[in-house]
Amino acid sequence: MTWGLLLQAVISGLLLGGVYGLVASGLTLIFGVLRIINFAHGAIMMLAMYASYWLHALGGVDPYLSILLTAPLFFVLGVGVQRVVIEPNRRAAEHNQLLLTLGLALFLENLALVLWQGDFRTVRSAISGTSFMLGDALVEGARLVACAGAVVVCVGLFAWLRLTDAGKALRALAEEPEGAALMGIDVTRIRGVAFGMGAACVAVAGALVTPFFYVAPDVGESFNIMAFVVVVLGGMGNFLGALLGGFVIGLAESLGATLLPGSLKYLVVFLLFVLVLLLRPEGIFGGARGR
Amino acid sequence: MAARAVGLVALAALVALPPLLPKYFLEVLISVLFYAYLGESWNVLGGYAGQFSFGHAAFFGIGAYTSTLLFLRLAVSPWIGMVAGGLLAAGFGLFAGSLSFRYGLRGPYFSLVTLAFAEMLRVVAVNTKAVGSSLGLSIAPRSAPALFLFDGKLPYYYVILAMALGAVLLTRAIERSKLGYALHAVRENEDAAEAAGVDTLAMKLRAMAISSFLTALGGTFYAQYYGYIDPSLTFGPAVSIQGLLQAIVGGAGTVLGPFVGSFVLTPISELSRAALRGRAGADVMLYGLILVLVISFLPHGLVGWFRRR
Repeated sequence: MTWGLLLQAVISGLLLGGVYGLVASGLTLIFGVLRIINFAHGAIMMLAMYASYWLHALGGVDPYLSILLTAPLFFVLGVGVQRVVIEPNRRAAEHNQLLLTLGLALFLENLALVLWQGDFRTVRSAISGTSFMLGDALVEGARLVACAGAVVVCVGLFAWLRLTDAGKALRALAEEPEGAALMGIDVTRIRGVAFGMGAACVAVAGALVTPFFYVAPDVGESFNIMAFVVVVLGGMGNFLGALLGGFVIGLAESLGATLLPGSLKYLVVFLLFVLVLLLRPEGIFGGARGR
Repeated sequence: MAARAVGLVALAALVALPPLLPKYFLEVLISVLFYAYLGESWNVLGGYAGQFSFGHAAFFGIGAYTSTLLFLRLAVSPWIGMVAGGLLAAGFGLFAGSLSFRYGLRGPYFSLVTLAFAEMLRVVAVNTKAVGSSLGLSIAPRSAPALFLFDGKLPYYYVILAMALGAVLLTRAIERSKLGYALHAVRENEDAAEAAGVDTLAMKLRAMAISSFLTALGGTFYAQYYGYIDPSLTFGPAVSIQGLLQAIVGGAGTVLGPFVGSFVLTPISELSRAALRGRAGADVMLYGLILVLVISFLPHGLVGWFRRR
């Protein structure tokens, strides 16, 4: 084990961690407002990745540019899914709501499989393949852009939640659903907005990773699991926790990959997940309360 | 009385008709009973105790791997390995359950932790050469009833029929026992049950042990019937989902729910597979849609809907 390898692991981990942070921010936003764990989050990300892929393959649109189209599109899609599938079951038992999103995930993932088969597809952006050395470690341009872009969107989301009326209404709803309704907030609309914003987050994350990742029907699964781990680690409904948790999990995965053989890195991630669930279900950085 | 007569006729048909069926229908019927069995096994913990495990693949995989490894490495008959696998799975279930329940994991958090346990075992299996890593393990086909290997499908059919009926009878016995009432109380309101003097931890653990034991037996059946196991086939999330799906669609927490679920779902899956040949995923896509529709319109499953009418 050399310092170079370790440095490489830390850098790769942090860079992917930023993306995990963005995916998890979307998940935590949905959880904070709707109180459901969205199993379909990764599947929606997968669809967004296909959207970026097809825009590139058929229209020659650069994946980064595709965000301008996919983010609003997936916001609308998210609002629609929430309105048609989730909202009517708002009062269903907690486990049934979980199963609802699980069914949605199965449907979307296999719809992609039926439509586009299981082939791995790749997208090349203008900066795919560019890289530079940082000490002994190689930094890929596309990964750096993905991380930076994810952090910028997270900060933007945070500012949106703090500064805009819709954002404030959303936070109010997350903290005091009844109080928010009494204050005249259109809670049904805000729940839709929350789900739409969550979907837009993964649309951006999906476009950011396509230049260096593959696109396949099950690509969302690993992001979904990672986002669960991150959200639990960061505290359900805690945005800053989601971003920080993203970096922690990215690091853990990447260090695990360097130090352990095969795919045992996932063991580290799941072990961390189980430990956090058991010991601090409110998350290392605290829960949604007061945030 | 009418229900009992219908039940007896159905049972007689299940016992007497299969030798007359063409091979394809026999295979479908074996799948139906196999998934019904998995659903019944999940139902003890998920349906009756209300603890929605998303990780029953852990027990299924432990069962499949224990009996297969004992057979391949030590020449132990899978009939014995099956029981060993069941006990090992029950042990693991008690371990995972006591950890999760003691730390107060409920609802979705319990679902997530069970999913994580199953995924951990899958990762370990993929990375362990001694258990065949991702290549998996094969059992060569031959005719040796003492080794749970049969010539043709029919004997397997009767084995899975016996297992499924056994699970139904066990579930019925549980439902009418003290444990059944306690689990019902836990499911409806755990805090109230605890306050009323029910040892909720012990009750949930009992349900966990039974459920994981039964699921592991299903794993051994799978290994013997298909002659091949690998980490994602046995420990993968799809296995966990298959079990809970039958119960949810048929009616969780009812004796016959998983049976009804599987008799509806499995033929649909087979038909969609046949209709959309070469289009992988069509059957699971349909499952996803059915799950969404059932939760939205029949939240208590088909059996629950029928009872409420």
